[in-house]
Amino acid sequence: MLDLTPKTVTERGALRVNPCKTCQPVGALYAALGVHKCMPHSHGSQGCVSYHRTFLTRHFKEPAIAASSSFTEGASVFGGGPNLRTAVKNIFDIYNPDIIAVHTTCLSETIGDDLNSYILEMSLPDDKTVVHSNTPSYVGSHITGYANMLSGFIRYLADAHAAGNGKTAVFPGFVNPGDIREIKRMLELLGLSFIVFPDQSGVMDAPMTNTYQMYPEGGTTIDEIRALGGCARVLSLGRFSCEAPADALEKKCGVPYVSLPLPIGVAATDEFVMAAAGPDGSVPGELDDERGRLLDLMLDANPYFYNKTLAVFGDPDTVLGLTAFTLELGMKPKYVITGTPGDAFVRQARAVLDRFGIVDAKVKAAADLFELHQWIKNEPVDLLLGTSYGKQIAKAEDIPMVRAGFPVLDRYGHSYMPIVGYQGAMRLAELVANALMDRQDRDCADEDMDVVM
Amino acid sequence: MDVKSEILGRYNAKVFKNRKDHILRVTGTEGGVPEIAANTRAMPGIMTNRGCCYAGCKGVVVGPIRDAVTITHGPIGCGFYTWGTRRNKARAGEDGKNFIQYCFSTDMQESDIVFGGDKKLRQAIKEAVEIFHPQTVFICSTCPVGLIGDDIHAVAAEAEKLYGITCTAFSCEGYKGVSQSGGHHIANNGLMKRLIGSNDTPPETKYSVNLLGEYNIGGDGWEVERILRRIGYDVVSVFTGDGSVERISRSHMVNLNLVQCHRSINYVAEMMKTVYGVDWLKVNFIGLDAVCDSLRNIAEFFGDEDLKRRTEEVVAEEMAGIAEDMAFFKNKLEGRTAALFVGGSRSHHYQALLKNLGVSTVLAGYEFAHRDDYEGRDIIPEIKEDADSKNIEQLEVERDPKRYRAFLSPERYEELKASIGLENYRGMIRDMPDGSYVVDDLNHFETEQFSKLLRPDIFFSGIKDKYVLQKGGTLSRQLHSYDYSGPYAGFKGAVVFGRDLVMGLYAPAWNMVTPPWKKERPEKDSEKEGSSHA
Repeated sequence: MLDLTPKTVTERGALRVNPCKTCQPVGALYAALGVHKCMPHSHGSQGCVSYHRTFLTRHFKEPAIAASSSFTEGASVFGGGPNLRTAVKNIFDIYNPDIIAVHTTCLSETIGDDLNSYILEMSLPDDKTVVHSNTPSYVGSHITGYANMLSGFIRYLADAHAAGNGKTAVFPGFVNPGDIREIKRMLELLGLSFIVFPDQSGVMDAPMTNTYQMYPEGGTTIDEIRALGGCARVLSLGRFSCEAPADALEKKCGVPYVSLPLPIGVAATDEFVMAAAGPDGSVPGELDDERGRLLDLMLDANPYFYNKTLAVFGDPDTVLGLTAFTLELGMKPKYVITGTPGDAFVRQARAVLDRFGIVDAKVKAAADLFELHQWIKNEPVDLLLGTSYGKQIAKAEDIPMVRAGFPVLDRYGHSYMPIVGYQGAMRLAELVANALMDRQDRDCADEDMDVVM
Repeated sequence: MDVKSEILGRYNAKVFKNRKDHILRVTGTEGGVPEIAANTRAMPGIMTNRGCCYAGCKGVVVGPIRDAVTITHGPIGCGFYTWGTRRNKARAGEDGKNFIQYCFSTDMQESDIVFGGDKKLRQAIKEAVEIFHPQTVFICSTCPVGLIGDDIHAVAAEAEKLYGITCTAFSCEGYKGVSQSGGHHIANNGLMKRLIGSNDTPPETKYSVNLLGEYNIGGDGWEVERILRRIGYDVVSVFTGDGSVERISRSHMVNLNLVQCHRSINYVAEMMKTVYGVDWLKVNFIGLDAVCDSLRNIAEFFGDEDLKRRTEEVVAEEMAGIAEDMAFFKNKLEGRTAALFVGGSRSHHYQALLKNLGVSTVLAGYEFAHRDDYEGRDIIPEIKEDADSKNIEQLEVERDPKRYRAFLSPERYEELKASIGLENYRGMIRDMPDGSYVVDDLNHFETEQFSKLLRPDIFFSGIKDKYVLQKGGTLSRQLHSYDYSGPYAGFKGAVVFGRDLVMGLYAPAWNMVTPPWKKERPEKDSEKEGSSHA
């Protein structure tokens, strides 16, 4: 496996090998699936959306609907306006969503299609809506695209004159439906009145009923997105995935926001709970107990975590959370990378590592898994924690691996289960401990094999 | 109202007009095969399953060649999505080179779009050569590359001089053509121009073949190669599953090309005939009768009595080896119905295997086929070129006077054309049962509707449809990826396929979907009194 990867690291300025990111549009598509009765639409040639639907379906094991402007050579030369008009008509006629969320591609961005005016000039049925966001594939990553699509919804829909509703808006970050369920459960325990935007729970984890529903029950409604403008505040979880849309909402509607890390691990979940509860709010005993059980587990299994080294890789917000939690477990992150570009990631990761006195970890944004593998060849780690493509390195170097983040293409059930909150942290702790302890059992001499651990 | 009218009736006028010629019901083909519209643009917004030119070129044909570094020139997505996702298995050869596990991209950024990406491409090739030392580098371009006008062919030519490698560029921008099909053609052209015919090492025996249009998904190519080698053939090259540049470069030295996937590779077959005189034969290694017929036709082509005897021996042994398993699975599957919607030829091929298992076909369609894949090659002269097909280069090739060799005498060639269908493909429709439906470029809406109206027990499709169908209570198996199983080809593959269908249909969970409180509850005993059934 990966036998052609040399140990010697050489500087690369142009060749990306084994990326740890993908392009903006797939993030935009996923964001749009978190809106109720929404048809995501890719304004480009039809291969993009075919790949994106395939990719999301492989991660969630759920249908991921989306349409395409099906550009051919003609549209690429003369502009995609007619294609978009035809697409919008056909989508409303055949698939009848309430809203179409258009995102651009490198094709339509390069030719400079003006989506604003295309959409303005469309005559739409009264009860139907079309929104868009610009998601050029050659800028940022899928995380950028996710943020941009959320900002697009806000720009078009959030109502600056909405009546104050006193609600807390929560932007949950680029996470799985299981995580969103957990976030909502915690908000309910805290007794908050809230709007979660976007909300892929119920959509990308719809139950098996023998009836296919193109638009399942879940998703943030259009009315809720309008009402974001009347919310008292926003808790935006994940600085890379949700700070920009929170900022867009503040600029448009004056709703203040608190930008928090994804609530992965003890401190980040504490921060989320404290922020959600507010200065005067109380935290219910259930959350105390959950937290207590998590700490109990962390102390029980501490010997198996202590000083174990690991590599963390994936999307920036997730990686920052996983890094913080493994530090809390007593582990030593040695390599912390994301494929998404941006120096802010490095600064934030360093700050997390500094809190635990780790100064020698390698941290890199706009990195790839090829480079990570080379580092590991030079100095190995005890555990890999990240996305499915890490399995190649795990096999090549015989290192145990725990899957978390996006994408996880080769396991089932992961998208239903949270990694956020105290309960999510318990699950992560169990996954990590099991991986390390299985390895210890596998590798130890017969006489060292302990039935009780 | 028949199913076709019922479905079309739900469309607006423009969509109706567009889609009506892509759907037909088979009602006997004795009076001629009905015409179907194919290889035309999908309507925007229709939710087609189709992909793009890049997917056909890099994803299908070029990607599986294991010993070349294939650099996707473009933003990161396209390269990323074709990384280890198509299950075209490959093992490193003696040279140790297997790049299938890797993804190479120029990861173009905004400045590359604005100022041109050729500098970055040059640098990427340099880095690839320095780190990986490949003999061959392929470049596959994505949408923006064509728009900004990067001259990837000039960069490739320059790299050949600089590094002494083979470097071939494919201009397979996603917007070209109407589906993956244009990409297959562009890839075929590139292989023909640059690789095929560059190494004149002769095969080990005169019974030498290439297997074209076999991408070794789930190990299919290996199973077919196993059978062919058992009989005594030298399989010089497989296009392109587990393919290698070295094998492809001497593929023109064979005496017969076997064409498995007609759609993606017929261009190479035709061009090799023109240039080198290599005859080609459409084969099907999916389904037991189809495998046996194909093997007998190949033996007939070579005309050697020993080879024919050996073929019968191998067929008998292989069939005996799987007879019991196949009988068991057939018993479990007999009477079921299937719908198939896959890319090129598989929707046709798998009908043969399903027949062996007692499963009949109620619907079949292709994602990116042309009319000849449905109606047979006789109609090729009738196909009109349109603006989209004109955009894909039609490579003009000529006979190579030095290397052109005809294996057959002209008389024997004519004989075999009639008897074994040499250089012909009769298309899918002729093999479909009366009353079944043929649908080209089946979209999301039609998938749902046909599934509801025809109620197939199994719907073979791809990952985008799979859970739509499953959520609706229909077993869906992916015929692109085999749901991470396989091989399904040859003799051993038939057993794996049968097992997978039985596994899927008999999953205990199907019977538990409806909770007991939602089922009709049994009547109380007192109310039952007087009922007549025992």
